Amino acid sequence: MPGIEVPKEKWSGKVREVTLGATAAEGGTRSRTVTVGGETTLPFLKFEGEIPHPPAIALEVRDQQPNDWPSILLEAWNGATQDVAEWAKAAEAAGADLVALRFNASEQLNAAYARKILRRVLSATGLPLIVFGAGQADLDNEILVAVAEEGKGERLVLGVCEEKNYRTIVAAALAHGHLVDARTPMDVNLSKQLTILIHDMGMPLERIITDPTTGALGYGIEYGYSVMERLRIAALQGDTMTQQPMLVTPGEEAWRTKEARAAEGVPAAWGDYVERAINWEVLTASTLIQSGADIVVLRHPKSLQRVRAMINALMS
Amino acid sequence: MALTGLQIYKLLPASSTKPEVKAHANCKECGYPTCLAFAMKLAAKQAELSLCPYVEEESKRQLEESAAPPIRLITIAGSAKKLEVGNELVLYRHEKTFYHPPGLFVRVKDTQPDAAQVAEAVAAYSVDYVGMSLTLDGVAVEAAGGDFASTVAAVKAACPFPLILMTSDPATAEAGLKAAQGTMPLLWAADAQNWQAMAKLAAQYKVPLVVLANGDLNALADLAEQVKNAGVEDIVLDPGTRGYADSLAIFTQLRRLALKKNERKVGYPLIAFAGDDATLAAQHIAKYAGFIVLDRFDPAMVYPLIVLRANLFTDPQKPIQVLPGVYEINKPGPSDPLMITTNFSITYFSVANEVESSGLPGWLLVADAEGMSVLTAWAAGKFDAERIAKTVKTTGIEQKINHKRLIIPGHVAVLLGEIEEELPGWEINVGPREAVDLPNYLKTRWG
Ligand code: B12
Ligand code: SF4
Repeated sequence: MPGIEVPKEKWSGKVREVTLGATAAEGGTRSRTVTVGGETTLPFLKFEGEIPHPPAIALEVRDQQPNDWPSILLEAWNGATQDVAEWAKAAEAAGADLVALRFNASEQLNAAYARKILRRVLSATGLPLIVFGAGQADLDNEILVAVAEEGKGERLVLGVCEEKNYRTIVAAALAHGHLVDARTPMDVNLSKQLTILIHDMGMPLERIITDPTTGALGYGIEYGYSVMERLRIAALQGDTMTQQPMLVTPGEEAWRTKEARAAEGVPAAWGDYVERAINWEVLTASTLIQSGADIVVLRHPKSLQRVRAMINALMS
Repeated sequence: MALTGLQIYKLLPASSTKPEVKAHANCKECGYPTCLAFAMKLAAKQAELSLCPYVEEESKRQLEESAAPPIRLITIAGSAKKLEVGNELVLYRHEKTFYHPPGLFVRVKDTQPDAAQVAEAVAAYSVDYVGMSLTLDGVAVEAAGGDFASTVAAVKAACPFPLILMTSDPATAEAGLKAAQGTMPLLWAADAQNWQAMAKLAAQYKVPLVVLANGDLNALADLAEQVKNAGVEDIVLDPGTRGYADSLAIFTQLRRLALKKNERKVGYPLIAFAGDDATLAAQHIAKYAGFIVLDRFDPAMVYPLIVLRANLFTDPQKPIQVLPGVYEINKPGPSDPLMITTNFSITYFSVANEVESSGLPGWLLVADAEGMSVLTAWAAGKFDAERIAKTVKTTGIEQKINHKRLIIPGHVAVLLGEIEEELPGWEINVGPREAVDLPNYLKTRWG
């Protein structure tokens, strides 16, 4: 009987390699850098292509302890959430590849304050940083410009850049050697278009990360899953403006859901609260990694362990 | 793989080399003017081959084979519930849709004293997700040196779902099949050593049979072929991999072979064993398993898996929607609160479930937002002041209540002024952003 041949796709494209963070030798202060991207096939299909770098995991920390996180999530950090520097250290100790610093919308949030917080985080951890604003366009422009200047040379990722608000952030990132997170609402063409717009401002493609947005498990994950799969297939087919590594925020999405927030008054079929909540974050993240995510931003240290175990197994 | 009209034409009487068959060419008995016209209809799946009485046997075989789905549909059944898997047509859900969600099974051993209790718990498990009642699919009973037949009988009595019988010993398998009589279990597994005896049992008891190899594609395909030649048509493949990387690779290869290479030898659903690892089970849901066996029944793990499965197996072309209109929650009276939301199922049920479980009565208006969530619809212009006002005016809600107060979702607070303009005389209240906070809002802010 003639043997069956392993069916391989002949992809012509490759995901761009992007390096986050800079060590002293490279003009920054990070103890190491993280490179993502470089894939020449769909996630983990090593029988037909290269997967040079594992997906990276970022843990989210806030300038102040957020008041809208469920208590089981705050408790998992054993008090470190009280202070941003402690929190960043704890994230590194928990095994993160990256720290994602996000500012709360608060009265004291301004450029000077943002600089101070950034300095504290930079000295608390040697990991490369992603810095997200508070989600208010004018304020974010102000603080991210300050952060870009203060963190000059660190190859931070600054975000989020959206179609309505990207110019100021991109200009600041460009001026000070940083990267940007380009977020669009789950649409292949919008994602391409924003990459083009940012690239047109002079930003090298090696410094753009695409953020296709996602929904949580049970709340729209299937849209995020399919958009990422389509983006990745387009990248492998050679469509150059879809070849940026992809970042998504499953932690943020999952911890907004009722499944992750409600300890009581829910059906017994939902199971043990803590275990279910963590599973909610883990399965949101793992499913998105299966469809092409290169960076996932998580919140619970235990979720990181489980997602890491999966990545290690898939890379081995 | 489906044949084209011309390929089909080559198999019809007009193309035959046998004069006695060719004599019927274009006889119109099929109801079509020519063999070619009939071939075109067949290709478009608008006619049945049986309409032509003159097709040769060999052509018939080829035509039937080409019409068979690339991944065979496998049915198994318990005493009161059946499960169908297979018949998938795409590698990626955005290409069309995934059709048959993989069955989720919990494994018990015949040495386990509580096997029947576990089976009962599996049967009783049901969770409500956006108006659908979602369940597990069955129990896998493994022979581990205990009394297999009586465990199978006990599990069958405790659980109306289909069973998977797990043993490599044909005598044990037969005892299990006897105990399962009246249902149609899946038999696991035929391997290189026992396949003849197992195939015989599968044929005799008319049950689908799993073919097991050790991670080798060719060994698996050859064994499946042998089992098929021994008279078993309903086959399920177990490539023998149990980890993440090896499973992802071979499951992907098997799906591609069946769909893209039309490789009949492996055109069957796949079975996966995920141990007690929810993340591995999730990989199998996304990447191509037809049956997934878990080692443990834990609601905190099963619930997210069942939701993930529902999500990935929804048709991307049709978001799940509810009908626009007025929904009454907890028997509301004329002075009870009025809220508005969109007709995306997930949105509607998030809101309706909150209000319902709080016990508070209320009226929920559902706007026709083309099945989109609040913010998506708002961004797409499908949930604006005009549509909201139209919903209020056309649903007859004004006759059912004695007030003019409307609560809108917190996420669309920006619409406040415009809605006030569209609905003169109405008081518009901005509710909380997330539905979880709605009961508290109703308790403290309505009245
Ligand atoms: C899934 C999704 C989609 C899916 C559609 C899913 C669907 N059927 O609606 C797709 C991919 C198709 C999509 C498309 C678009 N999307 Co979209 N999408 C999302 C996403 C990821 C999740 C939305 C969701 O399902 N949420 C879950 C449901 C349950 O939430 P909800 O409806 O808001 O309901 C909650 C609350 O509002 C509240 N609630 C609901 N009703 C009521 C009623 C009352 C009285 C109260 C008090 C509370 C309440 O309870 C619920 C639970 O808490 C969000 C981002 C995100 N992560 O949230 C973006 C998002 C909504 N999309 C966005 C956009 C811009 C779009 C597009 C316009 C993009 C484009 N230009 O093409 C298109 C529009 C669609 C079109 N033109 O056809 C933006 C909106 C931005 C904004 N604020 O303006 C978002 C926020 C993403 C972003 N950050 O940019 N999207
Ligand atoms: S029945 Fe139709 S297809 Fe068959 S030989 Fe006559 S015309 Fe041709």
